[in-house]
Parts: sequence; structure tokens; C-alpha cells
Amino acid sequence: MTLGSVDLAIIAVYFLYVLGIGYYLKRFAKSGEDFFLAGREMTAWIAGLSFLAANLGSLELMGWAGNAYRYGILATHWYWVGAIPAMLFLGIVMMPFYYISKTHSVPGYLQLRYGEPARALGAVSFGFMTVLMSGINMYAMAKVMQVILGWNMDLSIWVSSLTVVIYVALGGLRSAIFNEVLQFMLIWLGALLIPILGLIEAGGWSGMVARITMRLHADYTHLWAPMATFDNPMGIHWTGIVLGLGWVISFGYWNTDFLVVQRVLAAKDLRSAKLAPIIGSAFKMAVPFIVILPGLLGLALLPADLHLTTAKIADATGGHSYDEVLPLMMVRYFGPGLLGLGITALIAGFMSGMAGNVSAFATVWTYDIYRAFMRKTAPDEHYVSMGRWCTVLGVLVSIGAAYLVRYFGSIMDYVQALFSFFIAPLFGTILLGMLWKRCTKQGGFWGLLAGTASSIALFLWVKFDPSAISIVALSHKALDQAENMYRALWSWLICVGVTVVVSYLTKPTPEKELEGLVYGLTAVPSEGHLPLYKRTIFWAAVVAVVFLVLQWIFW
Amino acid sequence: MSEKKHFLSIWLFIGSLLLVYGLLILGSGIYVLSHPPQHPLVLAKLNAPIWWGALLIVLGVTYILIFRPRREK
Repeated sequence: MTLGSVDLAIIAVYFLYVLGIGYYLKRFAKSGEDFFLAGREMTAWIAGLSFLAANLGSLELMGWAGNAYRYGILATHWYWVGAIPAMLFLGIVMMPFYYISKTHSVPGYLQLRYGEPARALGAVSFGFMTVLMSGINMYAMAKVMQVILGWNMDLSIWVSSLTVVIYVALGGLRSAIFNEVLQFMLIWLGALLIPILGLIEAGGWSGMVARITMRLHADYTHLWAPMATFDNPMGIHWTGIVLGLGWVISFGYWNTDFLVVQRVLAAKDLRSAKLAPIIGSAFKMAVPFIVILPGLLGLALLPADLHLTTAKIADATGGHSYDEVLPLMMVRYFGPGLLGLGITALIAGFMSGMAGNVSAFATVWTYDIYRAFMRKTAPDEHYVSMGRWCTVLGVLVSIGAAYLVRYFGSIMDYVQALFSFFIAPLFGTILLGMLWKRCTKQGGFWGLLAGTASSIALFLWVKFDPSAISIVALSHKALDQAENMYRALWSWLICVGVTVVVSYLTKPTPEKELEGLVYGLTAVPSEGHLPLYKRTIFWAAVVAVVFLVLQWIFW
Repeated sequence: MSEKKHFLSIWLFIGSLLLVYGLLILGSGIYVLSHPPQHPLVLAKLNAPIWWGALLIVLGVTYILIFRPRREK
């Protein structure tokens, strides 16, 4: 398939806009707070949309559309139970501590609560995970562009990456956030037509379900019913989804991954910071409409001989991989112009995710590694300059990671493994740090280290002895995703257990040092004086009710 | 007043981009309608580029009007 001149014009205009925004905002990125925290002046809407867009990398779009084709509607759990409760928890419970402590990053909070060793561990593992994630996103996008459009992979990787470098290095976090909001709009407007046209072609939801059932003779369209046993397309039991994904991985990602938390820290005041994740959660609930539904429609409508498969098999046979279902659906419905918009949506998704990774990496490197351990005192301009260079460095390392990732078969499974290595234990450490004042510095550090080490050990155990899956994931029928969920759960439990034991064995931290950091010792401003419709808890309750209704509808 | 308060709204950028995209997509939709391809796409009869392009134009103009820079009183 080739793009016409109008499609290329649409893509070119997009690149001009994102670069233009970066150039325009450069003049406002003078101080460290401007560059790394966007001046802390974002409205709740901007912070909320950017918070969500930073998560909408190319993996979120193409990878999860592919997973919907592969696993059916079970993939929606990553958007609903695997996101919504955690996002609401961030807005209502955790955000006040992050915001009031005035930290510039999540490792920064670790330093305030647990001291330098915990910050170093958190910063290094975050930096490692971030550039790898960025590389994975880059690879996923370039691969699909190569297969669908015939674009050279190296060219795709370098052109889009250098564009991100330029606009983030110029305008810092503000430029990343502004572009993320623009990219968020483009993703929706570029992808929304696929489910609309797909449902028309399939004869509505019931028509789509009938076609899938006729083709596969299995339940691909119910959220919870197939998970009473491991005999479902994902090979996962509901306990793995609820405890592993819904609790540990999801709460870990949305509450402690600095990539997303950084966007909310840029909010102009505490109320905006609390409201931003709730606004993000409302839109997150709708994302399956443009990601999961196209995957299901692909399952129902794409020709049977176009059998999609894993990237490894697709590479070997010359066929199409699961990740290509979204572009294939675009090609099915989109002619000149619309196709350009659709491809721009995919590129925008990739760039928003990458800008999120790179801007978070630059902040953590500059503040939590460079300033903390290499050069403690320097003028503010020096750190801004370091942040700009780190943006370039982060992208170059990500490009290296993208070439490394070429040799891994299943991209998303690898991402989930990474989450369970770092994010799951980090969530245990931060949660205890915020809610339990008896938790000590030594407890936090050793708990985090034990959780991370145990997660990697469990991964290696199953890698070298596949029969260990029946212990790690509770069943020999468990597949990769189930293993990731349970591994995350075990590493979180080990982290919490070690933290509690070590805390009780060590001297408590004086309460004076914990003010503004821990529940019970932090004065969180009340919203009681506001009318009901202006309170964050009210909107969180609205989102929670819609979330529950959706579970019931698709049960 | 600080310099920071003189940002152009991001919604203005978005509005102008949607307007440009709407014009390009609507234009190509009209062209395809007047020069039908030999192998039409699935659901081509719905003329999606025309109404989607029109929608983008409406959205773009709305954003531009609401978020255009105004003189401070």
C-alpha cells in the first residue's frame, strides 16, 4: 500500500506543527521548574489529557488492538480494571502527598521518605525501564510502518525520534505536554472512524459477536465469564486479573511510574492535580472503543485467509502479525486523506509515548542521578542544559534499545515482564511510605530491593525451567500474561513483607521528618467548602459508577 | 504580568490543525466522489471522507473562534 500526495501532506503538516509548538515554547523554558515541571501551571484538563496521552504510545494503540484480535475482549481489562481504580486512587489518595511534598519526581519522593539509597535504586531502575519502553515503542511503530507502508524501518525510527528530541529539548515538559494534548486529539480523530465503519459493516455489536462466534467457536466477547477457569483465550484466571493486574501492576503503573505522574505534578494547584487523573480516567474508559473494538472487528471482518499471528511467526512466514490489525483495518476503510490522518494518529501515538518517556528520563537523570550524586551545586541554567542534553541522550539510548528489541518475539509480554520487575515492588514501597508512618528508611530500601530481585529471579526461574509456571502462576495452563500478573503479585508481597519486617527491626523515623510525606502527618486541604459538582471525590464516584456499569454490561 | 501568561492556547493550535486537515480530507473526498477508483474501498458508498472532513472543519473553526487571542482589557 502506498500513500498519496494528500496523505503525505497531512503527515508533513503534523511534523511541522509539533516542531513549531516546540520552537514557540522554547522562549518559556528558562528555569528548571519551567523545563522539568512545565512551570507547574497546567490546568486539570491539560494535565489530565497529557497524563493519558503519555500512556498512549504505539504499543497502546497497535499492541492492544493486536491483543484484542488475539485474546478477544479480555484485553479490555488493561483499560478498565487495570487502569480506572488505580487512576482514581492516584487522584484521591496519593496525589496530595506527591503534590504537597513539592517533589519533582517519584524517585525524588523516595529520597524525601527513605533517603538517598532508595532514590538511587528507584532512579536507576526507572531510567533503565524508560529507555527500554521507549525503544519497544519505537520498534513497534517502525515495524508496522515497514509492513503496511513499506517504509524503511531505520528511516521511521530516526525521523520520528529526532522530531521528538527537537521539540522536547526546545520546550521541555511544557512542549511535551502541549504536543501530547494535540496528539491525543489526533489519535481519537484518526482512529475513531474504524469502529464506526466497522460496526456498520458488521451489523452492529450483535452482528460482530455472531461473526466471531461462528469463526472461532469460543467466547471472545465476555469480560469476566470466561475467567472462572484458565481455559480462555488468555489462559488466565480472574484472580490473576484482579490481584495481579487490577491491584499490583495497575496501581503500580498509574501511581508510581513517573512517566505519567510527571504530567500531574505539572498541574497548577492541588485541586487540578487531583482532578487530572480523574479526567484522564474518564477518557481511559473510552479508549477501548478505538483500540479494542477495532481488534474485535478485525477478528470478525478481516478475510479468514489473512490469519494474523505472532511477530515471530509473521517474520518467518511473511504474513501479518497481531500488531498490524489496526493499520489493516485502516487500509480496509480509509482512502486518500483519511489514510493520512490514520497514519498520523499512529505516529502521534508513538511520539506522545516517546516524549513522555524522554521527558521523564531527562528529569530523573538530571535531578535524581546527576544532581544527587555527581554535581550537587550548580546554577539552575546548568541543570536545564543538562536536561536538554539528556533528552538527546535518552533518545539515542532508546534507539539502541529499539534495535535490541528486534530480536524479541512478543513485544507486549516483554513490557509486562518489565513492569513486574520494577513497578510492582515500587508501588509497595511508595504505598507503605505514604500510608504507614512506622515504615523506616531501611525498610523501604530493602523491601524495594528484595521485591525487584525476587521478580527478576521468578522470571529467570520460569525461563530456565518452564514447569515452574505451575508454581509461579498457579497452573500449568497459565500463559505469559498470567505469569506476569502473578509474578507482579509475588514481588509486591515480598516487597511489602520485607519492608514491614525490616521496619519493625529498625529505629522509627522521627515524626517531624515525615510531615508533608505521610498520611496522618500531612495537612491535606479539605474540599468541604466547595459545591458537590466541584469536588474531586464526586467526579471520582461518577467515573466509578460508569466503570461498574460497563463491567456489568460486558460481564 | 509575567511572560508565562501570554501563551497561545494549545486549543488554538489544535483548531488550526483540524481546519487544515478537514479541508484536505474533504477536498480529497470530493475528488474521489467525482473520480471513483476502479477498486472502491469497503463502505465507499458512505463517503466517509466528506462528512469526516466536514466534521474536522467545524471542530477546527469552533476551537479557533473560542481560543483565538484577544486583547486584554
